[in-house]
Amino acid sequence: MSDIKSMDAAEKVEIALDINGRVHRVRVEPRKTLVDVIRDDCGQTGTHIGCEHGVCGACTVLLDGEPVRSCLMFAVQVQGRKIRTVEGLQRGDDLHPMQQAFMDHHALQCGFCTPGFLMLAVGVLEKRPDISDEEMLEVLSSNLCRCTGYQNIIKAVRAAANAMRTAG
Amino acid sequence: MSKPAERWIGASVPRLEDLPLVTGRGRFAGDVDFPHQLHMRIVRSSLAHGRLISVDTAAARAMDGVVAVWTAADIADLPPIEFREGPIEKLAPYRQLVLAAERVRYVGDPVAAVFAEDPYIAEDAAECVVVEIEELEPVLDAAATPVEYRPGLDTESTICRQGYGDVDAIFADAATVVEIDVSIGRHSGVPLETRGAIGRYDAARDVLELHGAAKVPHRNRESLARMLGRSTAGVHLYEGHVGGGFGIRGEIYPEDVLVLVAAMRLGRPVKWLEDRREHMIAANQSRQQRHRIRAAVDGEGRVLAIDDDFFHDQGAYLRTHGSRVVDTTCGILPGPYRLPHYRVNGHVRMTNKTPCATYRSPGRFESNFARERLMDAVAERLGLSRVEVRRRNLIAPREMPFERPLVALGDDVVYDSGRYEALLDKALAHIGWDALERDVVSRRAAGEYFGLGLAIYVEKSGLGPTDGARVNIHTSGEIEVITGGASVGQGFETVIAQVCAEVLGSDYRQVRVIHGRTDRIEYGIGAHATRATVMTANAAAVAANKVRAKALDMAAQLLQADAADLDIADGRVVRKGEGEGASIGLGELAHHLRPTSPTRGDRDPGLTAEGWFNTSHMTYPYGVQIAVAAIDKDTGAVRIEKLLIAYDIGRAINPMLVEGQLVGGFAQGLGGSLLEEFRYDERGQPLSVTFADYLLPTAHDVPNVDVMLTEDAPSGVNPLGIKGAGEGGIAAAGAVIASAIDDALGSAGTITRLPITPQYLKATIDAARAAVRV
Repeated sequence: MSDIKSMDAAEKVEIALDINGRVHRVRVEPRKTLVDVIRDDCGQTGTHIGCEHGVCGACTVLLDGEPVRSCLMFAVQVQGRKIRTVEGLQRGDDLHPMQQAFMDHHALQCGFCTPGFLMLAVGVLEKRPDISDEEMLEVLSSNLCRCTGYQNIIKAVRAAANAMRTAG
Repeated sequence: MSKPAERWIGASVPRLEDLPLVTGRGRFAGDVDFPHQLHMRIVRSSLAHGRLISVDTAAARAMDGVVAVWTAADIADLPPIEFREGPIEKLAPYRQLVLAAERVRYVGDPVAAVFAEDPYIAEDAAECVVVEIEELEPVLDAAATPVEYRPGLDTESTICRQGYGDVDAIFADAATVVEIDVSIGRHSGVPLETRGAIGRYDAARDVLELHGAAKVPHRNRESLARMLGRSTAGVHLYEGHVGGGFGIRGEIYPEDVLVLVAAMRLGRPVKWLEDRREHMIAANQSRQQRHRIRAAVDGEGRVLAIDDDFFHDQGAYLRTHGSRVVDTTCGILPGPYRLPHYRVNGHVRMTNKTPCATYRSPGRFESNFARERLMDAVAERLGLSRVEVRRRNLIAPREMPFERPLVALGDDVVYDSGRYEALLDKALAHIGWDALERDVVSRRAAGEYFGLGLAIYVEKSGLGPTDGARVNIHTSGEIEVITGGASVGQGFETVIAQVCAEVLGSDYRQVRVIHGRTDRIEYGIGAHATRATVMTANAAAVAANKVRAKALDMAAQLLQADAADLDIADGRVVRKGEGEGASIGLGELAHHLRPTSPTRGDRDPGLTAEGWFNTSHMTYPYGVQIAVAAIDKDTGAVRIEKLLIAYDIGRAINPMLVEGQLVGGFAQGLGGSLLEEFRYDERGQPLSVTFADYLLPTAHDVPNVDVMLTEDAPSGVNPLGIKGAGEGGIAAAGAVIASAIDDALGSAGTITRLPITPQYLKATIDAARAAVRV
């Protein structure tokens, strides 16, 4: 349609985002949130948006190994840092032990919160493989799930923690 | 090795749905994109009630990247949003327009729609739309005297009246009358994925597509086609992954209509994603009711009559369900009790809040709370135990099927089967009720606020009347089951695959289940009111049995055997009782049944069949919930130390998934009982618009839920004997938690409302202590 006015691209800046080891060069507005850029500009839609104000944790990704809420950051803030998303958990055909444990323990129903829980639990366990059950419950309380009632998520994370320790 | 063919039903096998969801390859509404799409943003009323004076869109339209801004005048040809069940003349004036005209009736009422090249621009432009509203007095109390809704109509849109027997005479002569006034707060499903809708018009095929559909795609296709003046042949709905349904997602909302109309009129696909604040003010809310309910009781604790007058806070408009939640409340309230006389008036009252409709266990969460509060009050008044008073009123197995002259969801209420007292006894034994009662005495003596709660309830599931499915075996051997069911995260694909695999002697992982696609099957019942498994699984079984017969017939010719001597195991037709010997795979049989196959004979082509399942009535699962609660007297915080759900499912297809439904449902019910509430201030401004002020339960809040599944009373109204599980966990959550907290307070009858927030409990405890000191 000829009457559509073109957007002012001058405000956009070019950034390079390292997501799961692959560098995405994109032009985005500085105000664009990290999660929107991961999803819309880099096409990695496994990271979900549940509240856009940092409460639900559906958008949790790992930033240099630390779980962060990608809805609370701007993409321009994370240049040069390493982002890991749910798409990066698998190694070839082998699922990450956390992914396998979620399937084995029926820790998901609709699956919308699942990527956030996976990244949260993996991020914490990579740093603290011997975290206590109580502390892990505290960690998991920072994300919301509306389907499962959490019991099976807790079981799955415990099982995966054992598997990750064994795999060393 | 795969399992023996007959063992898929009843096996807790892993879900087929999980792999894409754990690897980030799901396709939720937000993940659906089309080339050249526009993004829609809704401008909403900021006042609860007012006259709409003007909507100035000039500044927004002038912004770069904005393609159009619509107000009601731009879509004046569209009718209000329809009731799913068709026209209801009396209720029609209470329907919602797609965009408000003349009057706004709740904070969040859509008044304009912005279409732009980018969602950020659409949001910027929406903020530049100037809406002038002359504020009117809001109506916020559904129990207050009705006032004018529009000229000639008041805010009592209808009264649902049901009942039987001679209630007045029984109350006049009753030994004891017990009366309570109890309220359920306003809360809702609040799925983690907000709503989303993508409209696309394919002019090449003249097909209008709605993506992001859920729950009832086929029924919505009919409604949308009527609203838009199109043939259903030119409207298709597509369900992708659904980030939680719970009854609220998948209804037709203004935004769904807007993306479709805009896709046609603007000639580009239109995508709309709701943000969280919008969800908290625009998506269906639910539950809010106040019951003034009384029981006439004889000297032995038999409840002879219940008389209930209740007020349902419907909010600003009647949405797609009309008055269904209230009808269901009326029809299901008597629960598991004999109750010879009953009268109920359900007042459907309009207020200036977000419209209400169904949320998981609509009408039962509310009525179970009211009725079980009443049973506890009867026990207290007569000095009977809460267990005993219930026991004396339960319907006995010999009375089944039990007909009540009531209607729920348009269906005559006939309990098909149930052994209620047996389940009560099992539940009490399982949790060790007697020992817990002794704990209560000793812990209370030590100064603790500690108590036990009990609730017994009847659920409903499998509303018909009919559903169909088509089974098609491909030459690869893969079994495709095309259903009109819907998947809202409950494990629908797995369950249907298990049933088909069992019938067809195949591995359930060989079954691909299609759902939520109006272009693949003409009719579908969707996923609502706990009916998907009951209706669609039975339909799939009918279709699979036909395919099985055709496969055996074809194989009999090829193996030169009698079809009666053949069986199917591991996806291959074999001679019964022969471990070795000739066999032929289902895929090979499909090959022999190709249209051009010389071996097909005069059989119709394809290893495929359609099956229909019809049912006369709903099927009624039932449950007992027991809770053990401790209250922190200094903070008012409640800790549920134990929670048992004993539930008779008739026959469980996948017990792991049934447990998942019950536990997850209970967790939601816990939220509505202790934490969640949509609150409004005195001007009707919503106060619960983020997850910081509308509190969902976290991993910390949900107790370990013990589930005891029984199969003592298979359904008498479907061949598989199954009953539904989707709403059984949440249905009595409010009732059992209230009962336990009431007991913990040591003063029966104190808890009269949900949610029981820490603030409310602390104030209650402080007041009681102050009274003792005086």
